[in-house]
Parts: sequence; C-alpha cells; structure tokens
Amino acid sequence: MKLGKIIGSVMCTAKDPGLEGVKLLLLQPVDEGGKAYGDPLIACDTVQAGPGDLVLWEGGREAAMTLPDRFNPADAAVMGIVDRVNA
Amino acid sequence: MTLGKVVGTVVSTMKIKDLQGYKLLLVQPIDPEGRPQGRTLIALDTVQAGEGDTVMLIDEGNSSRQILGAPQAAVRTTVFAVVDQVHLGKDA
Repeated sequence: MKLGKIIGSVMCTAKDPGLEGVKLLLLQPVDEGGKAYGDPLIACDTVQAGPGDLVLWEGGREAAMTLPDRFNPADAAVMGIVDRVNA
Repeated sequence: MTLGKVVGTVVSTMKIKDLQGYKLLLVQPIDPEGRPQGRTLIALDTVQAGEGDTVMLIDEGNSSRQILGAPQAAVRTTVFAVVDQVHLGKDA
C-alpha cells in the first residue's frame, strides 16, 4: 500500500454497474513526509474517507477486490484512514 | 521477493477488514548493499518485525494472499521474514 491525501471527490451518475454505490475520491499520492509525488488519481472509497484525510491506498487488482461487486473496473482504492505515521 | 528496511509504522483504525489485526510497517526497499531503492511501501507484518530491521517483503497480491492464508484478501505488500544476514560475492 501507499500513502495518499484526499483532495476532492468525483460524481458520476452514469457509470459502470460494478461501481454502483461506490464513492469516488480524488487522491494525491504523498510520501511519508506528506510531500506530493506523481499525478492525482481517482480511487474508490471503502472507508468513508473525505477531503483532507491521509489514507492508505492500493492500485491494481487489489483495488477491485475491496468492492462488494468484485467484477468492476476499479484500479485504485482507499483501504484505510491513517491516524498516525511513525517514521 | 525483495529486501527492505523497516523505517516506521502506520496506525490506522478505520480500515478494510482484510487489514484488521495486522501491524502496518513503513518499509524502504533496499539493494543487497543496503542502499534505498525507490519509494517506501506500507506492508502487512506477519513476523513481528520492527523499526530498523532488515526484512524480506513481497509486493505481489497472490503471494501475499498465500502468506496470509486469505484467498480473497485485498492485500499486495507483506513482510514475511526478518533477515539475519546477507552474504554477497564469492564467500556467499
């Protein structure tokens, strides 16, 4: 998993059925010091994260595995809200 | 499998159920000489590793699911061994 900061959300009414009922968040990857790297991406939310939250996220097949309907096109998902990083 | 150094921990209360019960380690992948390679990763701990330990980690989902014995878990990165020694070269 990697660290990221939630910087917004994305709303879609018409979407793939596999993403029905799933909140979509705009996520900026950050390092353990909170410094941004790379481009922001859209991640599925499974833990009720919101803007400003530092989160754990994963890309690839594991992202799709977090959603109720496993047959979905997700390639990034938020897996946890970070309370603290001890680095 | 790659070598890594545990450089910290991450605490998360609100997380998916696949992650519950595991310590989360902040791991810096390293080369055999101990030089950092790429970005840090957050890995599930299965061997009671701690900060400063050199460890072996896997950054692949199916292997991690086998280590955890959880075929449906949405987990990719796992620390599964604490390294005692690395021998490099002819004397290895």
